[in-house]
Formats: sequence, structure tokens, C-alpha cells
Amino acid sequence: MITQKDVKYIASLSRINLKEQEVGRLTKNLEAILHYIEKLKKVDVSQVQPTSHVFPLNNVFREDVVQPSLHQDKAIKISQNHHQGSFKVPKVIE
Amino acid sequence: MNLFEHPAHELLDLLKAQKTSAQAIFESVFSHLKQSDKNIKAFVRLSHQLPDFGPAVPSRNYPIPIALKDNICVEGQEVTCCSHILEGFKPPYDATVTQKLKKSGALILGNTNMDEFAFGSSTENSYYGPTRNPWDTACVPGGSSGGSAAAVAAHEAVWALGSDTGGSIRQPAAFCGVVGVKPTYGRVSRYGLIAFASSLDQIGPITKDVTDAALLLNIIAGYDERDSTSVNVPVPDYTKALINDAKGLKIGIPKEYFIEGMDPEVKQSILEAIDVLKKKGAAFKEISLPHTEYAVATYYIIATAEASSNLARYDGVQYGLRLQPQETRKSAIVDMYEETRDQGFGPEAKRRIMLGTYSLSSGYYDAYYLRGQKVRTLIKDDFDQAFKNCDAILTPTAPTTAFRIGEKANDPLSMYLSDIYTISANLAGVPAMSLPCGFSKNGLPIGLQIITQSFAEEMMFRIAYTYEQNTDWHKRKVGQK
Amino acid sequence: MTSSIGQKFETVIGLEVHLQLNTKTKIFCGCANLFGAEPNSLTCPVCLGLPGTLPVLNKAALLSAIKVALALNCSVNPRVKFDRKNYYYPDLPKGYQISQYDLPIAEHGFVMIPVPEGTKKINVKRAHLEEDAGKLVHDMVAHSSLVDYNRTGTPLIEIVTEPDLRSSQEAYDYLNILKLTLQYLNVSDCDMEKGSLRCDANISLREKGSTQLGTKTELKNLNSFRAVKASLEFEVHRQEQLLLAGERIVQETRLWNDEKQMTLSMRSKEEAHDYRYFPEPDLVPFTIDQATIEKVRESLPELPAAKFDRLRKQYQLSDYDAGIIIQDQTIADFFEKCTQHSQEIKKICNWIIGPLLQEINSRKTGLAELSLKPQDLTTLIQRVEEGVLSNLSAKEVFALMVETGQTPDAIIKDKGLAQVSDDSALEGIVQSVIGENQSVVEQIKQGKDSAIGFLVGQAMKKSQGKGNPKKFGELIKRRLQDG
Repeated sequence: MITQKDVKYIASLSRINLKEQEVGRLTKNLEAILHYIEKLKKVDVSQVQPTSHVFPLNNVFREDVVQPSLHQDKAIKISQNHHQGSFKVPKVIE
Repeated sequence: MNLFEHPAHELLDLLKAQKTSAQAIFESVFSHLKQSDKNIKAFVRLSHQLPDFGPAVPSRNYPIPIALKDNICVEGQEVTCCSHILEGFKPPYDATVTQKLKKSGALILGNTNMDEFAFGSSTENSYYGPTRNPWDTACVPGGSSGGSAAAVAAHEAVWALGSDTGGSIRQPAAFCGVVGVKPTYGRVSRYGLIAFASSLDQIGPITKDVTDAALLLNIIAGYDERDSTSVNVPVPDYTKALINDAKGLKIGIPKEYFIEGMDPEVKQSILEAIDVLKKKGAAFKEISLPHTEYAVATYYIIATAEASSNLARYDGVQYGLRLQPQETRKSAIVDMYEETRDQGFGPEAKRRIMLGTYSLSSGYYDAYYLRGQKVRTLIKDDFDQAFKNCDAILTPTAPTTAFRIGEKANDPLSMYLSDIYTISANLAGVPAMSLPCGFSKNGLPIGLQIITQSFAEEMMFRIAYTYEQNTDWHKRKVGQK
Repeated sequence: MTSSIGQKFETVIGLEVHLQLNTKTKIFCGCANLFGAEPNSLTCPVCLGLPGTLPVLNKAALLSAIKVALALNCSVNPRVKFDRKNYYYPDLPKGYQISQYDLPIAEHGFVMIPVPEGTKKINVKRAHLEEDAGKLVHDMVAHSSLVDYNRTGTPLIEIVTEPDLRSSQEAYDYLNILKLTLQYLNVSDCDMEKGSLRCDANISLREKGSTQLGTKTELKNLNSFRAVKASLEFEVHRQEQLLLAGERIVQETRLWNDEKQMTLSMRSKEEAHDYRYFPEPDLVPFTIDQATIEKVRESLPELPAAKFDRLRKQYQLSDYDAGIIIQDQTIADFFEKCTQHSQEIKKICNWIIGPLLQEINSRKTGLAELSLKPQDLTTLIQRVEEGVLSNLSAKEVFALMVETGQTPDAIIKDKGLAQVSDDSALEGIVQSVIGENQSVVEQIKQGKDSAIGFLVGQAMKKSQGKGNPKKFGELIKRRLQDG
């Protein structure tokens, strides 16, 4: 069902650098869980609408009124890596 | 009785009668906490700022010591969801519930242990190690709000807040012999609750008894303009619903819940609870929630899909852990993401992120995520149908009592199945609570679950209160076996 | 470059335009929506994507989007929702962008563009709302990039065409008309330099007569409409050469290099891509009822195409004049206000298209910044008609009107610029000019009438420009006849 190749692909989509030994274990885990989830295939959902929100709310808005922002210091203080008011990350190659 | 052993409503009475002070309450709880928690390990962090009782501080309406699960933000206070990846993160803002608590005068003690990002039912998946069940320290306290439930059971906190995505308040409440409430989805603001699964998460009270649960829900409930999914309906005074009478109430027992795998002691306790409520005038009938058997599978699709996206922000860019591998694998930035996330997340978090990513990925969305959302509709419809014929549904909270630490560590699926009775309420959005209804021969607590319609918390509290007033399980204290 | 394309291949182009909306606040939080602030000074826990924070939709952003939708002749969906588009990039703080997937604000619109045969309908496939990402700066610190999240959460509307464009010129014309329409709506400043309007292009070639689409490339880093046009021309040529050589086109993203005037493959090790769209659980759905749509529709201004037609009909403007006048809504309004004070439509038009636009362009400003009143321009025109001002002086007066905001009459009086038409005052000058230029007088007498102009010029010089040249001409002729 789910192969090691699938698991490696999913790991790269999830930006997780899985170690080789983890790939085998996770493949087994996911296979068992997916097997369990297979039971949903028995349910006839052909006439059923999906539920994204359990409570049928609509149109929750905010008025276009400016609220104070965080002070620059306070914003970048959440990071250990900043430079002159900006967050610093490893060079992004374009 | 020590001050720290009292429920809040008793402490409030003592305060009113001027027989104690806010400071005395705090000191009693805090010194007990520091002693007791060496063994229980309910807390992962104490507040960096202890409450000020100086003359300049305005008087507090509810000076009740409260523990917050480690996924509720307090400005300036580290919060990590018990994950390595959030280490050092200090939010520059309060959660809405935190603001409400501060306004009420509650005394925030610190953050309690949990399964990493609330992924689990035992609190074993914490970066900081497991919490122990106060009734038997070889056992888990349940999870994921295991630290909060254990803290209240061990009297290390009078109140606690947990969060419940698939039973994470109710199951540990049951395992620890305390009261745990998952309010209606939208009743309590999620702003400042670090998300696991946005369409399922709710914050709720964990307390020593039903009255305290009603008091605490009074404080935290309400519409919040910062949470688009919070519902703008008035908050009643839940303490007014505490009526010791069940006359005329119709309570449903779902036949699908009394199945194989339910511990006979649990079953016996529930049957006895039914008798207690019958004596107080409730009528019981068998009902059906036909899609119950699909709830766990549906939950694991929806919850993990949302989680995989909610946890994408933990990438080392802004806050928390950032790691760069020695060697270059792909590019500096991608290597940073992958190393940070590999080292920062524990095995269960990785499992769920992967499962969620898989069910959303191209080619699988219809078969998994979309199908899950459709079955969710059917599960919600089951409850709508059931509530046409009854005022509440009564079930066990968990199929067993607390299991031993390590017992299910290598079998994720069997761990998932321990949420079998609690998950449906999250999928349907309805309120549900657990309260103590007995003990096993081994002295482990058993929980009774009451589920009502959306925004019918008052009905839920009434039934719970009636049961509680006619039993004394809630009076049994840890250490008095 | 386009010569051979006409023979074998047909060009197929689709455009995606991202437009930043000029709401006061960001799309999902109350931070001010402003350009050019100190880095990370316009951020809050919500737009920084901090754990536990939640988005709440700015109503003004939705209304602006409906405005755009209606102006592009789209049908507005009665029920819309937001979805998460999941991908990793350091400028995207949540690891997903809140966008719209299967229920966008609007679908099935169109824009008419001019083509040699008349006009052509370019279909707009969809327009949806989403949040903008932050900004990365690459060359400030060695081995690092810097991230500024001020732009994060700026409301964006993405407008996607069907692959209906058949040449770089059509793409260029579409963009100009789209931009003008959007400017009329006043929902964005549409400034490509600031990035408030951005464009990506998809381009493929196919054999003429084929109905199947060829393999496309996606062009990015297009910083001006000129760059869009040039990159498409380059890409047409590149793809054509490859196809003629029997090679295959690689589906890829290519960046336009403005210095080298060529597109270059991104070449970066592309990571696995799968956006895993799913409904945003933190936002509820939105319903847009007919009443709301009608209210927005009533608030729409007259759009450029309609204004073009009306100006031509109502004022008998030429296509050229009308086309220029509508390029700026404030100019068009100014023109119409002028016509309320004067019937000299053509002269008004000429003054606007000529001196006025020159002033605006040379000052790099807008009409609104100039203190020019419509009535002052028509008064100026009238003074020329009355012979009070020469054309030359009128230009001088106009420049002062723009500069100072004074009325033309005040300036004429101040500067003493009124023409002298009084015969007795001019006679003396005429007399001395004739006296000093006897040889010219002789030529005129021998029939060389054109030389009168020279004498008029000399007279004007002597009068320091204040004499009425027409009057000088008459007086010189009369004097010569008499003499």
C-alpha cells in the first residue's frame, strides 16, 4: 500500500529529513494506520456534503480599522537571528 | 483539610467569610505544588512572574490558583507544547482565555505537561518526559492534557485549563478522577491556543468538581472577535444550571458504545451511574449513533491533515529551534528546515505530520481528506438525530482505566483507539464532559461522559451535578485510597 | 523576431496579475497596510503567523475584490471560502498562504482589447483574494537573507486570464487596459515599481491550426509592462528555435533578466511541489448576496471603455484625443468640467493633451497636486480668443497658473502680459520699423507679401511681445498702401 518511496516523498513534502532507519519504521506505522482508515471506504458518501466547520457560521468580518502593530524590537525579539530589524535566515538561492 | 485540597467554590466561600486570603490560598497551593510535583511531574514550567499580593493590586474576584496546559499563550512566558521545536518561544501576547483569567483575578501557576502538540492520550509523548498518575504513579495520567488533570488530582492546582481535540481533556480527567469539560466548538475562543486541529480544538476546564467546572467556564466562555469560529451567543451563568434533579430528562445510551474492549469494571460503573440518575427522575433509552465505528478513522484523517498544516510554521525561520546540518544536502535554507523539523519533532508528531500530509497530497485528497469530511457530516447527523429523542447522551469516557507508562508506546493504533468514546463529540462539535463515577479494584478512577447538544452546556452541567450530589466519588482524594 | 512565427507557430499566452489592494489594514489583521516602513514595524502576532493566532477577514478587502470582479465583467460567486496553500518559503511565516482554491470571489469575466481588426475579448478565468508574503533581501549580509514581514498579509487579488492572448503586443495591451480599469476603481495604486501590481506570464507555442496547448514556460521577475512584452518576445523566439530544431520545451519557471534582456531557467534544485490545498478551518465561509453585489455595482465609477465611447460621442473627440484623455480619470474629469465653462472643446482638449500633460509629466506628479481650476483654463482660452493674449504669452500665463494657482487674469495684470491693441500706441513702432527696414519695404512693394511677416516680427520685438501681431500686420499693410 504505502511504500518506502512514498514515505520519503511525504517526508520531503513535510520538510523532515528522515533517517534511513526511521523510514522503515514509519512506513510500517503508516501502513497500519492507513489500513485501519480503509474502513471508511465502506461508507456510502455519494450523497453527502463534506463538513469543514461544524457550526454553520458565515460572514465573520473585521472592520478596516488600524490597530497598533508590535514594536519592531518586540517583533524581532522572538528570534535569535536578526539583523537591523529584519529576521535573518540562511541565504535563499533564487 | 488543607486549603489546597478545597475546590474553588469552597475557597470562595472561605474568602467571603474572611476565613482566608488570596495570598494564603496561593501559598498553600504553591508550596504543596513544589513538593508534590517532584513525584508527579505535572508542571513543565512555573510562571516566571508570581502573583503580587501587595496593597496596590486591585482585589481579585477569583483568586484561584490555576494551571495552564503548555499550549496556551501567556505574554512573555515560554510556551512550547512540550516540543523541542518551540524551545524558548515566548509569545508577545496573551491568549484570549489568559486575558479573561487575568481579568478575573485567577492566579496562573505555570504550564502543565502534555503530549507534544497534544498528539497522544498518555502524556508520554512530551519532550520533557511523562507525567505520573497521582492515583498510581506507575500509570499514565491520560492525555494529552495529562499534566493539567494530574495537577488538579494531586491538588497542585485548584483549577486547570486543558485543550480537547479528540478527548484530551475528558480522557485524562477520567484517568485522574477529576472533572473535565470540552465545551461546544466555538464556545471558548481559540485565540492564543497553539493549534493542533483547528476545526476540532477547544479549550476547557479541568476541576475538582462540577461546580468549579461551571464557575471556570463562566470565566473563559464567550465570543471573541479575534476568533472567526467563536460563536456569538450569550454566555449563561452556568452555576444556575447546577440543579440536583433529573426529573423528566431523557438520557440516551448509545448501543454502539457498549462493545468489546470495554473494561467490565468500567461497564459496571456506568450501569450504576445510570441507576443513580434514574433514582433522580431521569428516563433512559437506548439510542443509536450508527457511524460510531468510523469516528476514530475520520478523526485521524481530519486532525492530522489540519495538524500537518498548522505545524508547518515550525521551520526555524522566526522562533524556537533552528538547526543547520554540517553537510549541505539540498540548499542552506531547505537543509535548515529539514534538520530543524527532524530534530525538533518527536516520533508521534512526525507520524501525524506525515499522515496528514499524505491525506492532503495530490491524488489522495478525495480518498482520504474529502471522504473524512463527508463521514464527519454523517457522524454529526447521527448526533442531530439522537438529540431529537433525548436531552443528553451518557457513555463511559474511556474504555479502560489508566494504563501503565510504556504499555502502549510501541503501538500507535491501540493508543488511538483509547479515544474511541471521546472523539465523536469533537467531530460533531457538541459539548461533552467527564466526571468521576467510580474506581477500579486497583484504585484507579473511572470516568462518566455526558454529551449534550451544541450550546446545551447547562443541561450537561445539570445532569453532572445531579449525579455528583448523589455520589461521593469526587470527594475521594489522592492518598486516601 | 515575430516574422517567422507567423508562418508555422501560433503563440499562446496567459497572464496572472497580482494586485495589492489599498485597504487601510491588512487582510487578516489590523496592521496598517503601508509601503516603505521600517522592516518588521508593521507586524503583529497574526501576520507574523505566531502560534495560536487566528485570521479575521477585513471586510473592505472583500468589497474591493467584488469591485474588481464586476469591473472585469466576472460573475461573483454567491458563496466563497478560503483555502490553505501549503508550501515552505521563509517569506511565508505560517508555512501556508491563505488563498482561494475552488470557490474564488469571481469567475468567467473578460476584458476587451484593441486589435487591428477591431476589438478582441480576453477571457478572465478567475479572480481570487489571498494574502501577500513578506519580502526577502539577499545581498545585505553574507550567506544570509533578511526577511521583512511588513508586506505579509497585504490583501492581494489575483486575476488570471484564459490562454487567449496571441502575441506579446496583445499581452501588453491587455495589461494596460487592465491597469487603467483597476486605477479607475481606486482599489490599488497599481505601481509596479512598488510591487503593488505584479505580473507572471505563461507562454507556449503550437502549430498553427492545432487546438492542443503546447508545453508552457512560466515567466517571472517581470518588473514592468515593457519587461513583460520583451520577455514574451524573447521566449517566443527561444521556443520557436527549439521547436524548429526538433527539440522539446521543458516545462519550467524562467526568470527575466532585464540587463541581459533574456529569460533564464531558475535551475535551483526544485523541491517537491504539492500545495495540498484544503479549506481554511480558521475562517468561516462567506456569502455574497445580490443586494451586496448591486450596491457595489452602483458604487462603480464609469470605466475607461465606457468613458472612451461617451467622450467620443458627446464631444465629438477623435479616437486619439479620447484615448489620451481617458488614460487618467482625473484628467477626464477635468476635461469635462472645462466643457461646462466653454464650448471650445477642441481647444480645451489641445490644452490638456499638450501643455497640461507636459507640466504633469515634467513635474512627475498628478493633476490633483497642481492647483489648476477648470474655469481658469477656459478663461485663459477665452483671453486668447479675445486677442488679449498671444499664444506665446498664454503659455507663459499657463505655466504661472500651474505654479501659483492664480487666475489667468491676475497673472496677466501682474506681469503686464496683456496685448496692446490700441492703434495709437502701435503706430509709432510701425513707423520706426518701416523707417529702419527700407529694403524690405521695397521688396514688399514689388509684390513679395511674405516679407510683411518679417516686419511684424520686428514690431513685436520692439513692443517686447505685448503688441497684438494681427494688429501690427494690419497697420503695416495700411501704411505701405498709403505710402
